[in-house]
Amino acid sequence: MTKNNNGLILEVNNLVVRYETMDGIVRAVNGIDLKLGYKRTLGLVGETGAGKTTTALALLRLVPDPPGIVECEKLEIDGENILTFDSDKLDQIRGKDISMIFQDPMTALNPVYTVGEQIAESIELHEHVSKTEALKRAGDMLELVGIPRSRANDYPHQFSGGMKQRVVIAIALACNPQLLLADEPTTALDVTIQAQVLELMHELKEKYNTSMIMITHDLGIVAEICDEVAVMYAGRIVEEGTLEKVFNHTKHPYTEGLFNSLPNVKDRKAKLKPIKGLMPDPMDLPPGCAFAPRCDYATEACTQKVPTLTSIDEAHRVACIRYDEPDFHIERRILS
Amino acid sequence: MTTYTQVQKQQRATKRYKKRSSFEEIWRQLRRNKGAILGMILVAVIVIIALISPLIYDYQKDIAGQNIKQRLQKPSAEHWFGTDELGRDIFARVLYGARYSLAVGVVAVLVALVIGVTLGASAGYIGGTFENIVMRVTDIFLAIPSVLMAIAVVSALGKSTLNLMLAVGLASTAPFVRVVRASVLVVKDEEYIEAARAIGMRPWKIILVHILPNCVSQIIVQATLRVASAIISAAQLSFLGLGVPAPAPEWGSMLSSGRQYIRDHSYMTLFPGLAIMVTVLSLNLFGDGLRDALDPKLKR
Amino acid sequence: MSDPILEVRNLKKYFKTSRGMLHAVDDISFTIERGKTLGLVGESGCGKSTTGRAILRLIEPTSGEVIFEGVDICKLSGEQMRKKRKDMQIIFQDPFSSLDPKKTVNQIIAEPIRENRIIRDKHKREDRVLELMETVGLAERLINTYPHELDGGRRQRIGIARALAMEPKIIICDEPVSALDVSIQAQILNLLKELQESMGLTYIFITHDLAAVNHFSDDITVMYLGKIVEKAPVEDLFTNPIHPYTRALLSAIPVPDLSEKRRRISLKGEITSPVNLPDECRFAPRCYECIDRCRQGIPPLVEVAPNHFVSCFVHS
Ligand SMILES: Nc1ncnc2c1ncn2[C@@H]1O[C@H](COP(=O)(O)OP(=O)(O)OP(=O)(O)O)[C@@H](O)[C@H]1O
Ligand SMILES: Nc1ncnc2c1ncn2[C@@H]1O[C@H](COP(=O)(O)OP(=O)(O)OP(=O)(O)O)[C@@H](O)[C@H]1O
Ligand SMILES: [Mg+2]
Ligand SMILES: [Mg+2]
Repeated sequence: MTKNNNGLILEVNNLVVRYETMDGIVRAVNGIDLKLGYKRTLGLVGETGAGKTTTALALLRLVPDPPGIVECEKLEIDGENILTFDSDKLDQIRGKDISMIFQDPMTALNPVYTVGEQIAESIELHEHVSKTEALKRAGDMLELVGIPRSRANDYPHQFSGGMKQRVVIAIALACNPQLLLADEPTTALDVTIQAQVLELMHELKEKYNTSMIMITHDLGIVAEICDEVAVMYAGRIVEEGTLEKVFNHTKHPYTEGLFNSLPNVKDRKAKLKPIKGLMPDPMDLPPGCAFAPRCDYATEACTQKVPTLTSIDEAHRVACIRYDEPDFHIERRILS
Repeated sequence: MTTYTQVQKQQRATKRYKKRSSFEEIWRQLRRNKGAILGMILVAVIVIIALISPLIYDYQKDIAGQNIKQRLQKPSAEHWFGTDELGRDIFARVLYGARYSLAVGVVAVLVALVIGVTLGASAGYIGGTFENIVMRVTDIFLAIPSVLMAIAVVSALGKSTLNLMLAVGLASTAPFVRVVRASVLVVKDEEYIEAARAIGMRPWKIILVHILPNCVSQIIVQATLRVASAIISAAQLSFLGLGVPAPAPEWGSMLSSGRQYIRDHSYMTLFPGLAIMVTVLSLNLFGDGLRDALDPKLKR
Repeated sequence: MSDPILEVRNLKKYFKTSRGMLHAVDDISFTIERGKTLGLVGESGCGKSTTGRAILRLIEPTSGEVIFEGVDICKLSGEQMRKKRKDMQIIFQDPFSSLDPKKTVNQIIAEPIRENRIIRDKHKREDRVLELMETVGLAERLINTYPHELDGGRRQRIGIARALAMEPKIIICDEPVSALDVSIQAQILNLLKELQESMGLTYIFITHDLAAVNHFSDDITVMYLGKIVEKAPVEDLFTNPIHPYTRALLSAIPVPDLSEKRRRISLKGEITSPVNLPDECRFAPRCYECIDRCRQGIPPLVEVAPNHFVSCFVHS
């Protein structure tokens, strides 16, 4: 590598996104840092409204403006400073170097073009090949995602949900992007279909050495295909680290709450321990730690100061001021 | 262990739930649409004129009373809009005429509303053959120009203000049936309708209590726009001599009587014509604005 | 000791579509004991909701019997059925479309009480509404708010309060938590469980979330394309799944536990359309153990172990 990028495909510093609407300012993302190495997969976990989609859109510089306002200290993809790019240059890298799979496969496809044309469009645009060549490559892509190439001439409505999502994946991967942002790619699908799609994404990622950010609210999916995890709450990352650290040595009370809310497949009699209360309104965030009102460990101090991410060890960081106390620990059983 | 106080939580929660009522929400949307505001102000002015004109003018003397000496005078300081062939002040007649036009428009639309909502809602909810029959008949009605229909009805019932209202109302029923049925079809498939059936509610009550209140915004918009076209229909009928009988200052009949003098005394047709135009335009502006404000897809 | 509250026998619901007969629910039978929970699982479009609605006669079953406390409710007249509805309630999946947006919380919860003339006095009715709100954990101050002002979890609580208002004996929960966030899901599941314990309710719990059904149910019925493929007590089904589809389904749940590395059975293809089905095992086109026999007829539901029923030629 000649580029000066410290071996990182993605580096983001202090990303802030707010939506200035008629009703007030929605603070969707409030200063997050992300670092992602080549061929790594980061799971971005959080509940509805945590700001996951907004973060992904900001990385592609696709946040709708108005009402969205993005501030960022550093946004480098593969060593290139995206912040300085004009819209032509952005169009060039979108779909080619970095591409996104959107949340809803049903609306991501244009109903008036065949799926073959839609895959070919992106190839034609970025690789400057002829239309016939692009269509041939589109057929290859379809086969890659497990759809016979004979169906390239079908329209999206002739496909089932799972197949549409495969087409969307084919479009996203058509130009071998280095970074793939997958925004809840399987939420709309059934479990058995979800399993197929996840397996496919896993295979393709290996094959093309793609780095990936997997946005989801399902910790099970994270466990399955991610190397690293970042847990988001109210526009901030509250805990991040390697999969093993976050899952087996959970530190943040919110992460603990998420785990405790899930029914345990092994011990069906175990009572669920939900997080009390509700997610704060991003238009009206509480002072201090946004999770404090719902947190069983919160003290007066938590409501005063916004906690910053602090390293526990080199592969694990948590944003909770209680860890300033030397013997503070959460209740969740530490797994072996 | 928790030290975050209960009170704080309560305060935050109440703040969160203090949201605008739907009326305020509509008003906020409406306010951003300049045309709609202009329309609304004009409609308000016209309604006020219609309400207070009998306080300013005496019907027998100022409106119907003839004054042959002053006939066919051009607009002047004394007679702002001039006078007509019988020497009546056109300004006074135009103002007073708002009563007729609005009354005909509103009553006609009420007639159309009652029939249209009943038929449309039951067709949409019951479905099947009944719906088919209602909708095909509606199609037939829609295919006949509404003026022709109104003429037919007035000829059958005889000439009077009340019959004019009925005729125009019947002629504008079909669009209501359509709109109401369409919105009922949408609401009908919502789960809360099924929820109402699950507690054993009777169908007619479901229509009344759950379906219609959720279609009411579309119905209001439609009604506002329909008042405008009803006013035009009524004016057309009066122009043809089938409407409000003379000497009432209905705008359509004023147009009609001014027609003979249009070459030399064009103001006789100009002002009633303008009055119709402004009324219809402001109702349409207001109705369109309302539609935009009520349509959640156009929000933000 | 057996005290079945509801028995479904050979229930069928076909829909006429432009492409042919759609077999949404195709000859299913099951029994629920009083005070227990029956989980009904399966993938999208397999007929779970249709089953639930047909049991309540929100849609008329094509054929079959639904015997509730000894009475076949499919034979009841409209008026008799209306009375029976008091005992059988439903909680819907979508807390956003199942509440009338024009009614306040008070009106929504009071509606079943008023409609069935359980409490005629307005003030007493409001007291009852407040009592129900407390039961489901809604703050008193929300009584005059509109559903759109509330979040999904609270709205679902309103749906539950409404279902409880008539003191039903059985509640059909049609994916009551699928639309909610994980942390809110757990709150609602706990609430449903507490209510069951304190009021002795019977639930039919419809879901596609196997982890939730495992936590929640006593018996599980797995459906595939309108048919029951496997029926067993929960422990049996999770420790010893027999039908190839059940095994694939169980292996497909992503588990948030790193210590568990399971072998995944991945299925080919997707759930086929339930229109004009051939006379073969419904699962045969996707099955990884399919033999010739499977293509020649529909396998019967056979008891392979006590209370464990499977519909598969290979495994019975
Ligand atoms: N265009 C927009 N205008 C105003 N507010 C917005 C807009 N887009 C998103 N928001 C708000 O920003 C916040 C974060 O939204 P975002 O879509 O990023 O959440 P998310 O984590 O992706 O949630 P989900 O799981 O529901 O997809 C939310 O409160 C949302 O209402
Ligand atoms: N009113 C209807 N008319 C025609 N077909 C219908 C109707 N209702 C349901 N169906 C069809 O019946 C089948 C079963 O539907 P049902 O809603 O019971 O599935 P489900 O198991 O509840 O699925 P989901 O998990 O998506 O809710 C589907 O193929 C559906 O398209
Ligand atoms: Mg999102
Ligand atoms: Mg369903």
